[in-house]
Amino acid sequence: MMLARLLNHHVVSTLLSINLLLMLSACAPQDNEQSERSIHDNSVIYCAEGSPETFNPQLVTSGTTIDATSKQLYDRLLAFNPKDDSLIPALAKSWHITRDGKMITFYLRKDVEFNHTDYFTPSRKLNADDVIFSFNRILDKHHPYHHVSGGKYPFFQTIKFAQLVKEVEKINDYTIRFKLNHADSSFLTNLATDFSVILSAEYAEHLTKIKQQHLLDTMPIGTGPYKLKEFRSGSFIRFYRNEHYWAHPVKIAQLVYDITPINTGRLTKLLAKECDVISYPIAHKKITEHADFTLDSVTSFNVGYLGFNVTKPPFDNILVRKAISHAINFDTIINIIYGDQAQLATSLLPESSWAHSKDKITRKYSLKLAKSLLDVAGYKQGFTMDLWAMPIQRAYNPNALKMAKLIQADLQHINIKVNIISYEWNTFLRRLAAGEHDAVLLGWSADQPDPDNFFTPLLSCAARFTGGNRSFWCNKQYDDLLAKALATTNLKQRKKYYQQALKIIDNELPLIPIAHSKRYQARIKTVQGKILQPFGGIDFSNVSKLPAQTLLTKTNAKNNLDESKK
Amino acid sequence: MLMFTLRRLSLFFFTMVLLSILTFSLRYFFPGDMLINISGQINANAAELKQLATDYKIHESIFNQYWQYLTNIFQGNLGLSMASQLPIKNEISTLLPATIELSIMALTIAMLFGIPLGFIAAIYHRKKIDNVILTFAIVGHSIPVFWLGLLVILMFSIQLAWFPSAGNISLLFEIPQQTGFLFIDILLSDNPYKWQAFINALSHIVLPASVIALAPATVFIRLARSSMMEVLETSYIQAAKTKGLSFIQIIYHHAIRNALIKMIRHIGLQFANLITFAMITEVIFSWPGIGRWLIISIGQRDYTAIQNGLLVLSVFIFVVHIITDFIYALLNPLARGRRYDA
Repeated sequence: MMLARLLNHHVVSTLLSINLLLMLSACAPQDNEQSERSIHDNSVIYCAEGSPETFNPQLVTSGTTIDATSKQLYDRLLAFNPKDDSLIPALAKSWHITRDGKMITFYLRKDVEFNHTDYFTPSRKLNADDVIFSFNRILDKHHPYHHVSGGKYPFFQTIKFAQLVKEVEKINDYTIRFKLNHADSSFLTNLATDFSVILSAEYAEHLTKIKQQHLLDTMPIGTGPYKLKEFRSGSFIRFYRNEHYWAHPVKIAQLVYDITPINTGRLTKLLAKECDVISYPIAHKKITEHADFTLDSVTSFNVGYLGFNVTKPPFDNILVRKAISHAINFDTIINIIYGDQAQLATSLLPESSWAHSKDKITRKYSLKLAKSLLDVAGYKQGFTMDLWAMPIQRAYNPNALKMAKLIQADLQHINIKVNIISYEWNTFLRRLAAGEHDAVLLGWSADQPDPDNFFTPLLSCAARFTGGNRSFWCNKQYDDLLAKALATTNLKQRKKYYQQALKIIDNELPLIPIAHSKRYQARIKTVQGKILQPFGGIDFSNVSKLPAQTLLTKTNAKNNLDESKK
Repeated sequence: MLMFTLRRLSLFFFTMVLLSILTFSLRYFFPGDMLINISGQINANAAELKQLATDYKIHESIFNQYWQYLTNIFQGNLGLSMASQLPIKNEISTLLPATIELSIMALTIAMLFGIPLGFIAAIYHRKKIDNVILTFAIVGHSIPVFWLGLLVILMFSIQLAWFPSAGNISLLFEIPQQTGFLFIDILLSDNPYKWQAFINALSHIVLPASVIALAPATVFIRLARSSMMEVLETSYIQAAKTKGLSFIQIIYHHAIRNALIKMIRHIGLQFANLITFAMITEVIFSWPGIGRWLIISIGQRDYTAIQNGLLVLSVFIFVVHIITDFIYALLNPLARGRRYDA
């Protein structure tokens, strides 16, 4: 009894002192608790896979750099509508194309502020000079900024931008006109890609004055939703929101890229909630199993395919190509090579393209059918072929050699003996262009959503010599359809042409599309808004964050539900 | 005390000379162009290289080169990191404090747990508690630190989500660097989230510091145990017993103090060990310290960083040794008179 009382006394006094401590600690930092909630609820930490090489997307094609810069720091004249990938106004509020397609006039918004940062405060808003500066820097070899940072603009060089644009002309402070050498219906889409950003001419002038020209690309001033605060290579990038963002108020006050190159490191940081969003996650199952996280994926605009050299027998025979398409088990390939991180391709175009046909073309896996087709083609005894597998990893084909081995095993069933061939990448491409192969495992990633970006470079007659047509297939009817599609601006009509083109490919089978790979990202459920884009870099402009409490209540609610079920 | 100080200082001087000769000679062993290796200027053109050659006096006698090397060190001119192209002095001035913070925290944890446990084990010599503590010490000593680090992350970061797994503070807190010591910088900053940043930094240091602390703690347990046992055997304790002092009085007033003095020198000796553990732990916990930097530099063949990182780290460890020696001598008059201890 005595002991019990003593114990009680002890317990009570301990509890009291704990209470006192708690009260004391709660009293002082009350405001801080409020602010603690707000610093986490207003900020997003993104675990990125690498450091950007520069802060100007004009200079690169690397995905990591684009992810860190393009949509966070800058804007373009035009943007893509997230719903149907059509073009919508951005910095240009409207535009006009002359009938011959050679003159394009852009009317700029008048309310666009550049980033106000510690290192530069702009005195004026965006005007025509900024746009002209941004493009002339690329076009004009004598421009004072052309050779700053190396003078290489890889994206613009591949699309032959300098040959296309004759002149960029200033009509008035808010109107500019592009004069083209010839009409090109992909010109506008190219202006909406991540590379065609608008820089500040005023900032460039300021840098020239202080003789620090190189800072234009490393200490960026753009019009985007965020502005750069601090960058430590290999460690982090800190962005603050642009309070004067023209499009909409930005909900996140601070955006931090935590550079974590190791896969497991990123996963650990997500699970320990040190990162809100992580790029390229591993262990998808572990993430989806957890109630607090979601796994986002988007089918990228790419395609991995098996191409035939149709100039070489026996692949000049449609029946042989068809027989092979029925003899390969593509589901297994998706499963083993892509680890289910890809979608089985039913056509050249990914499903998210507006020109993709709803009625699915199905490819049947049937050895019987394959054998009978070979029989009709006159190759009952089978034959030997060389299958070329590319030596490097790409999202659209993470392991071509392994894929070639699977195909080798499959084709053995119909008496086709496959030799797998691979060279060092540059040699591989050179020999491929010379047409030394029988068949090849290759792929294509689009830079922009226009379906023409798949059809023309991969299979047009002209692309046999200049582009990526490694089948050497040439079909007049197909080329006509593409030309008609480019000439019209009527979307419905274009879609019709492209679907006819897809039918031709499916009938002739110069190549078998295998997969459209997906890009993944994992995040804590409190982070709201679309970040991943089907093409181009990620976008944090529309991201917001719910308070962490909602996460807990959500999990609690779920637990309660589970319990009540029991 | 004067003699003791002089002896220590001369020892310090000659060790430093030997150390500097060793790091100086490294330049002849690294592969590649020596001038680039010691200056770190990988993009230098011919004219710049020529200037560097005169700056470093590499065409003069070895003695002149060595003298120039010492002059550079004292002027803080340690060259550029070959990997990041930033001055090594700046890098070290942010990295070394982070490592010192981590080591001090680890040492504190190791002492707070190790020494009392050792004393308890000695007092309950050959009893169950003694056995339990000794078993813990042996198990703790044999666990590899990299494995423990991963285990702790798995347990406390991922499963329980109590502590963060990487870095020394959440990146959301923007703390301007003033002293390089994060905790001091936080207190000096005028960030509205000061206290949250402080608590956040504390939560970041707990796991890595505990992982580093384990092995030294087990050493402290055994040292404290044996030194306490030694003290308990001495005649003055026996005398106290016969005077009729209670056991608690004897332990508190006589035994602990005398046992602690013996410990101080060992604490200094353990420091070198602790830094080794800290280097590995920094890698596992992505701690932005000098150990992780040095290991990454080795991977990147950043010879300028290796050479200078090694020098700075060795000097740091040696300074700690000297300081603990002085503290020991101040507290223990017997040590000052001894002639032949080094």
